Amino acid sequence: MSSIEERVKKIVAEQLGVKEEDVQESASFVEDLGADSLDTVELVMALEEEFETEIPDEEAEKITTVKLAIDYIKENLQ
Amino acid sequence: MSDKIALVTGASRGIGKAIAMALSGQGMTVIGTATTEGGAEAITAYLKEAGNAGCGMALNVSEAESVDSVIKAINEQFGAPTVLVNNAGITKDNIMMRMKDEEWFDVIDTNLNSLYRLTKACLRGMTKARWGRIVNISSVVGSMGNAGQANYAASKGGMDGFSRALAREVGSRNITVNSVAPGFIDTDMTAKLPEEQRQALAAQIPLARLGQPEEIAGVVAFLVSDAAAYVTGDTIHVNGGMYMA
Repeated sequence: MSSIEERVKKIVAEQLGVKEEDVQESASFVEDLGADSLDTVELVMALEEEFETEIPDEEAEKITTVKLAIDYIKENLQ
Repeated sequence: MSDKIALVTGASRGIGKAIAMALSGQGMTVIGTATTEGGAEAITAYLKEAGNAGCGMALNVSEAESVDSVIKAINEQFGAPTVLVNNAGITKDNIMMRMKDEEWFDVIDTNLNSLYRLTKACLRGMTKARWGRIVNISSVVGSMGNAGQANYAASKGGMDGFSRALAREVGSRNITVNSVAPGFIDTDMTAKLPEEQRQALAAQIPLARLGQPEEIAGVVAFLVSDAAAYVTGDTIHVNGGMYMA
């Protein structure tokens, strides 16, 4: 089983159509990885599926970088 | 089209029933909603007779909980709907100076707020599928106005604006959003009008008659088909020529 970091980065790369090596933890989805607002919603949907959880809208809006996504998953799962 | 799940609100009679039948004819699995259990059963009965695998469900489009539970039930039983026809609508006519709060808010809630609830609930499935068709049944009254129907006209004009805004928002996901604006169609809603008024109306229509529900359904069937893949953000008027934009 890959780590949470790896799984999150893989999903970000797939959803936003970028290379996995470009997905740095500090990267912002919109500013660094070229996501639009709809992409960020779909990204959260994909994370919800991968980690079998539901992320409330008010929390989802705060997840703007790769690191914040990893942190959220770590804090709210297991 | 046979793998598609279509959700049609207000499908127990009139235009909604004709739309449900037309989509069934295209091979879609159709879920039709009605406000009452009796209405839902009637939908199940005609869909079954048409050999459709779908069914009727009771839904109050002006209640968030009702929308949530029906969408959940559809997702579990059939899969996510990627065709949504927002057809449920009511009238509560009155001149503005006599209009009651309840007449205003009920019409806005059923006709317009329902769009917000149902569309939001269905968009997730459509974005995932990278394919979706939303058709909102508005009215000629939303474009030309009608004395005594400020509430109805506001709700219907609102639907057309909603279609244009959402079309821009979700176009990149291959989801089209359009309105179909019927003129005077021969349904229970217009049967309430006195005969004299019906005659007077027909006199203003170049085709000199009221429309049939199937004549609206045909346009909806086109909009959800592959043939209409490049049509989005539009309001298609189907009114026998009584209003030409």
